[in-house]
Amino acid sequence: MDNNVVLTMRGITMTFPGVKALDGVDFTLRKGEIHALMGENGAGKSTLIKCLTGINAFEAGEIHVDGINGPVVNHSTLDAQKKGISTVYQEVNLCPNLSVAENLFIGREPKTKLGTIDWKAMVKRSEQIMKDLDMNIDVTQNLEEYSLALQQMIAIARAVDMDCKVLILDEPTSSLDDHEVEKLFKLMNQLKDKGVGIIFVTHFLEQVYAVCDRITVLRNGQLVGEYPIADLPRVKLVAAMMGKDFDDLAAIKSEESPTFTDADLLIDAKGLSHKGTIKPFDLQIHKGEVVGLTGLLGSGRSELARVIYGADKNQTGTLKVKGTEAKIGAPIDAMNLGMGLLPDDRKAEGIIGDLSVRENIILALQAKRGIFKLLPMKEQIELADKYIEMLQIKTASRETLIKQLSGGNQQKVILARWLATDPDFLILDEPTRGIDVGTKTEIQKLVLKLAKEGKGLIFISSEIEEMLRTCTKMAVLRDGQKVGEITESLTQETVMKAIAGGGANE
Amino acid sequence: MSNVKKITGMRLFLPIFCMVLVMAVNILYDVASGNFALNFFTISIRNGVLYGRLIDILNRGSEIAILAIGMTLVVSASAGTDISVGSVMSLAASFCCMLLAGYGVSSTTDLAMPLIAGVLGGILLACVCGAFNGFLVAYLNVQPMVATLILYSAARAIGLLLCNNLIVYVREDSFKTIGGYLGFIPTPIVIAAVCVVIVAVILKKTALGLYIQSVGINKRASRIAGLNSSRIIFLCYVVCGLGAGIAGVVAASRISSADSNNIGLNYELDAILSVALGGNSLGGGKFNLAGSIIGAYTIQAITTTLYALGVSSDVAPVYKAIIVIIIVTIQAPPFKAYMKKRSAKKALAKGGAAA
Ligand SMILES: Nc1ncnc2c1ncn2[C@@H]1O[C@H](COP(=O)(O)OP(=O)(O)OP(=O)(O)O)[C@@H](O)[C@H]1O
Ligand SMILES: [Mg+2]
Repeated sequence: MDNNVVLTMRGITMTFPGVKALDGVDFTLRKGEIHALMGENGAGKSTLIKCLTGINAFEAGEIHVDGINGPVVNHSTLDAQKKGISTVYQEVNLCPNLSVAENLFIGREPKTKLGTIDWKAMVKRSEQIMKDLDMNIDVTQNLEEYSLALQQMIAIARAVDMDCKVLILDEPTSSLDDHEVEKLFKLMNQLKDKGVGIIFVTHFLEQVYAVCDRITVLRNGQLVGEYPIADLPRVKLVAAMMGKDFDDLAAIKSEESPTFTDADLLIDAKGLSHKGTIKPFDLQIHKGEVVGLTGLLGSGRSELARVIYGADKNQTGTLKVKGTEAKIGAPIDAMNLGMGLLPDDRKAEGIIGDLSVRENIILALQAKRGIFKLLPMKEQIELADKYIEMLQIKTASRETLIKQLSGGNQQKVILARWLATDPDFLILDEPTRGIDVGTKTEIQKLVLKLAKEGKGLIFISSEIEEMLRTCTKMAVLRDGQKVGEITESLTQETVMKAIAGGGANE
Repeated sequence: MSNVKKITGMRLFLPIFCMVLVMAVNILYDVASGNFALNFFTISIRNGVLYGRLIDILNRGSEIAILAIGMTLVVSASAGTDISVGSVMSLAASFCCMLLAGYGVSSTTDLAMPLIAGVLGGILLACVCGAFNGFLVAYLNVQPMVATLILYSAARAIGLLLCNNLIVYVREDSFKTIGGYLGFIPTPIVIAAVCVVIVAVILKKTALGLYIQSVGINKRASRIAGLNSSRIIFLCYVVCGLGAGIAGVVAASRISSADSNNIGLNYELDAILSVALGGNSLGGGKFNLAGSIIGAYTIQAITTTLYALGVSSDVAPVYKAIIVIIIVTIQAPPFKAYMKKRSAKKALAKGGAAA
């Protein structure tokens, strides 16, 4: 083995029932490099990683790790850990009902002389770790108290804190905003300087060009190639992933900004709030309007939307839907008024893991129709097939369990669930999280199409770029409060300025 | 090889496999003791009613089967078990007999009120118990085991209070029919069959099954998707109470009395075991009602067989415990993973040899 190389995988092959997830894939990681692993949803990125860390058993191929003689086969994440491979998986897999400190040290707790867990040391070291990442949080609180983004940072902190030669980050930035991403990149660069090899999976192409040295592209479980970053500009990268030329940055929104009258008013919120998450706010949404909610992490973007939908109970103010005052006690009430909410936390609030793709797609529609009006199987199948086709959901069959789909494809199924209910007003909280470039553009187009059909939408994304492409109006949030709206001259600059706290109709 | 895997991978494999095993033991026993080999399966008519070991199992297993229905739903929706069903059975029996005999009466040959009123009264009280459990679990988020522990210990005593500390005997023919014979068929078999069919039809014709499983798998996501997660969990506990009520009345009728201390004793264990044996995960989520029902009768078959083999009722639980250990081990993830790895290795070795 080249002494600059820390990890080689050769001819890795792995099949799931009905899918050849990996077909003779090679991968080489060198010391002190950040190596992007790219590919569309379901290309096999996570599977390749899981083969390396022992979660999936591969059928053929060999793995070599620097410093270890002979081929390596790991049997568990812990096993991989011992060989210096530290991993942050795509779905945060920490324990929600343990404290942050416990999560950081689970499996490697500091011990006292008596051999019991040294809680004091654990808390102290946890606080230090969090501080190093500029995160001032109470490490004795349960993990579930914190947002998905913070949880993701904690998962990263845990992986980084362990001495490793190889660090794997599978879509670590999917729910982080620019600020956190910057922190993460700084951290990655520090590790790189120490000689750690980093595997970085993401669907954000800018991030690849910001930190990576090399790119390996997979497509349909096969290796497309390995390239130094300089040899693979953006267009070429997209083409390599998709197998065809595609301009993911082409303008899709029509230039003229539409005007709305009061007759088109769909949602009229006055003084809604939920204690502890969002202060009283007003918001109007018209038919055909796409309203973006923007702000830093924890600014209350998701929380605002959740109050309208009744996922969190509204405690003050009034909500009018299509002109009549609405009482919403639970999500089902909102659904009966024609609303839908695609939540940001896919694993906790989106997928029903052990149900099939079909059942997951029809679930909300069935709930809306009521328990006694079971959708005939024929209709269920038609619906499922329609959306699998329309959103290009990659699945072995419509009866496959949703938990067996790749992350991006799970996201598409949840989107399908809401489209199937044909809502008048749809809240999309990070709808393109974990979705590949091609499909991302498709979803953005879909949003515009829905608006054109006269539906109202709320669009929440950590990517301002993406909201600019779709939104007609943006509401800016800061510290759990709506601080303004931007209706004219929506540009990266005005939005960034408003988020940071200057101007914008305050 | 792949065919074997297909069969062992089937959802109903475990309960059917156990059932077949029990039958095999019975045949071996009959052969060894010089009886007709298929004694177990022989059904005859004696004294104008059906007779045979198989009929006996179907008859005696009725209560467990009825309990297993509710337990399956509870396990699926709340990832927990209702350990109060045995005690609630006893309470329902006591209340029913008390109503039929009149308060404070210890033995009667005519009914103090119409049969139907007494029976419904007992069942209704059991439903209230189910609602109480359901309220604690669904709305107050109490752990199912803890929530149902309350009635597990209290229900029997309440029943005794209702009966003024007596064992109330109701020696009346129409009441005896419930646990006796309907024509030549044992009535409990009919009752259990009706219960199973009704629930099966509801599951088939409504979205209830989907709702229960969805809530059991991911309560939060189900709520966002428009399900009233708490109400569904509540409903499952009420159904479980209903089943306990019916089973309690049947059990009381069998012995024409409300023996608070013995009716439904340890039945919660059999009910939970039926669910597990039916291939259902006790961790909630997906369920398989047919499996639980087969599981219930399998357990009864095991019990009956043990008695036939001359095992005393005191030691029988030991054998059941051994069976539980085996089942739980087979279902445990590490064991499954081990088996999978083994078969993968074998396949690889085969492939390697061929290459
Ligand atoms: N546990 C599983 N059971 C069956 N099939 C699976 C399982 N996990 C993944 N697959 C299949 O393997 C293929 C590759 O999935 P993988 O998760 O590696 O994709 P990915 O490249 O990480 O995609 P994404 O960008 O969406 O995360 C997909 O077709 C998926 O359906
Ligand atoms: Mg993935």
